[in-house]
Amino acid sequence: MAQLTYREAVARGIAQEMNRDERVVLIGEDIAGAGGVFKTTVGLLEQFGPRRVLDTPISEQAILGAAMGAAMTGLRPIAEIMFSDFFAVCWDIVVNQMAKTRYMTNGQVSIPLVVKSGNGGGLRFGAQHSQSIENWAMAVPGLKVVTPSCPEDVVGLMAAAVRSDDPVLFFEHKGLYASRGEVPDGPIEDVLGKAKIRRSGEHATIAALGMMVPRAVEAAERLAAQGISCEVIDVRSLIPLDAQTILDSVGRTGRLFTVEENPRALGWGAEIASIVGDEGFWDLDGPIVRITTPHVPLPSADSLEDLVIPSVDRIVAEVEKAMQA
Amino acid sequence: MTSPLERHPYGEHAIVLPPKSQTTHDAADIDREIRLLMYRRLHEIRQFEKRAYDMFMQNLVKGTTHLSLGMEAVAAGFGATMREDDYTFATYRGHAHTLARGVPMEGILAELLGRSNGLLGGKGGSMHLTSVEHGMMGSYAIIGAHLTIANGAAWSAQYRGSGQVAVCFFGDGTTNIGAFHEALNYAAVFSLPVVFVCENNLYMEYTAISDITAVPRPAADRAGAYGLQPVVVDGNDADACYLAARDALEHARSGRGPVLIEALTYRHGGHSRADPGKYKPPGELEAWLAHDPLKIYRGRLERIGVPSSALDEIESQVGQAVDAATEAAKNGPLPEQALAYTDVWADGGHSWRN
Repeated sequence: MAQLTYREAVARGIAQEMNRDERVVLIGEDIAGAGGVFKTTVGLLEQFGPRRVLDTPISEQAILGAAMGAAMTGLRPIAEIMFSDFFAVCWDIVVNQMAKTRYMTNGQVSIPLVVKSGNGGGLRFGAQHSQSIENWAMAVPGLKVVTPSCPEDVVGLMAAAVRSDDPVLFFEHKGLYASRGEVPDGPIEDVLGKAKIRRSGEHATIAALGMMVPRAVEAAERLAAQGISCEVIDVRSLIPLDAQTILDSVGRTGRLFTVEENPRALGWGAEIASIVGDEGFWDLDGPIVRITTPHVPLPSADSLEDLVIPSVDRIVAEVEKAMQA
Repeated sequence: MTSPLERHPYGEHAIVLPPKSQTTHDAADIDREIRLLMYRRLHEIRQFEKRAYDMFMQNLVKGTTHLSLGMEAVAAGFGATMREDDYTFATYRGHAHTLARGVPMEGILAELLGRSNGLLGGKGGSMHLTSVEHGMMGSYAIIGAHLTIANGAAWSAQYRGSGQVAVCFFGDGTTNIGAFHEALNYAAVFSLPVVFVCENNLYMEYTAISDITAVPRPAADRAGAYGLQPVVVDGNDADACYLAARDALEHARSGRGPVLIEALTYRHGGHSRADPGKYKPPGELEAWLAHDPLKIYRGRLERIGVPSSALDEIESQVGQAVDAATEAAKNGPLPEQALAYTDVWADGGHSWRN
């Protein structure tokens, strides 16, 4: 068992898969010589050489197109889009090409690839380098979407993503890169589409993703001191979605809160709220509450960014308010 | 600011005339059998596209179609010299390139009709023709994307040491989108075995490419920016295309990196079925009809001694094949409803939650 940072876990997961399978190759801007701007690929060039770990031009369409064409013809590439905001300049390749080609070709073409990307706010980078965009991807049939919240999951979900025969968008939370956690020794493989209960509770279910998971856990601990026992579910994978774990939990607690970093409208929690509204309605003892960033771009000033992204205080306050109503 | 339409009214831009000679390649070193194959391919594409047009007018082909009438020689020339396991990447104007890899007509026509015997079971349509078993890696309907994807296939071939080359066809309009420039630089940087073929038919959709491009030759004049040689060929002469393809494939296969070719050609019809092509200046179409790929090639084959009867026989065989494909396509059943829900994922299904 080793203590790793989240960023070290990214490199560990990639290395595990590159060691296992010669077809796994890695491309992206500054990922080889420099080890990545977020240092998530440190040591991989040295370990696997310049044939398998390639620095690319600042050409996001070319990067993702190369990954897709290689995946169609026998490789299993991992491509990095440095900041997830940059998906906006190559979204065609993701949405129109990667996501649809298997379907359009009636299953002739397989696209086993992973696009990893630094996602999320909290680092004062402003509106174009801080977005949480999982919900953009969730809206497109044909894309798998995962966001690990701890180092062990980073390794296991990276392995599952690389081994998937479908395109997977792997969102690393930039605000978690420095966080630490225990990672078991030896190879790890997790599964896509499985949520995890981070904390058990009786009175309310809180579903969270990415950096919102540790915040939800901390909020749950404070709420417990006030006699409100919350179950915190780390959703981990939006597509495939483990709706059953959430529905089962709501069946026990009778209340559902989502904690979402994305802006309000059509955030991932809206789909979960819809599912629970349809299929868990008779289990609910009160309205479903979505705790989200308001529908604004992210401001850069620390005081303002902290104001809008759901904080531990806000989660506590929203849960308290709803539970007392 | 000066808009092109301040300089001249819409449709009154300068006429671009075809090359004058049709005999340049009469003595080219190309086997007679290959030439006869190219003649057959030219006719397959021409007759297929005419049939697709007719069936569209009968409301049998739905949606839209983008035909290659007048542009057959590029596909025929390249198809005749590509290795069986080389990769083709085409655009939404891709019937020709699919036929040129030897994909049977029936599946293509049935796909246009949305029938279950279609190449893609009716799920892709005219703009996404794909047949992996023939090396036809897809037709891509968003301008520019497939240049980057062709790079990926070339990268994979290079990594696996397979000796395969990816050939990527696109139109003149593509040269003004960012992905074109990203892809060329990327291919050059990594010396990828990829051949980019710009089919310059003088019009992007409804606008003359010359009116909205900073240089006269939309692809060739950009080559130097990526360390590539400017190559312009007569895209209506199948032998010119064949020879350019042979050189380019050899270059790419031997590890010397990408090639960019601009093939000058002409679209006899409009951009798509909805477009009557009224923006073409008077006299231009007539000049290019006189430089028609099928006419040029028939003249050449007759000059080198192929009997007219042999050429007539090829045309007639192709006509019969198109008729048979038409019947088979029309008789194909509609897709099963369940097909709408298959192959979203690798497990064959469409389930996204438990």
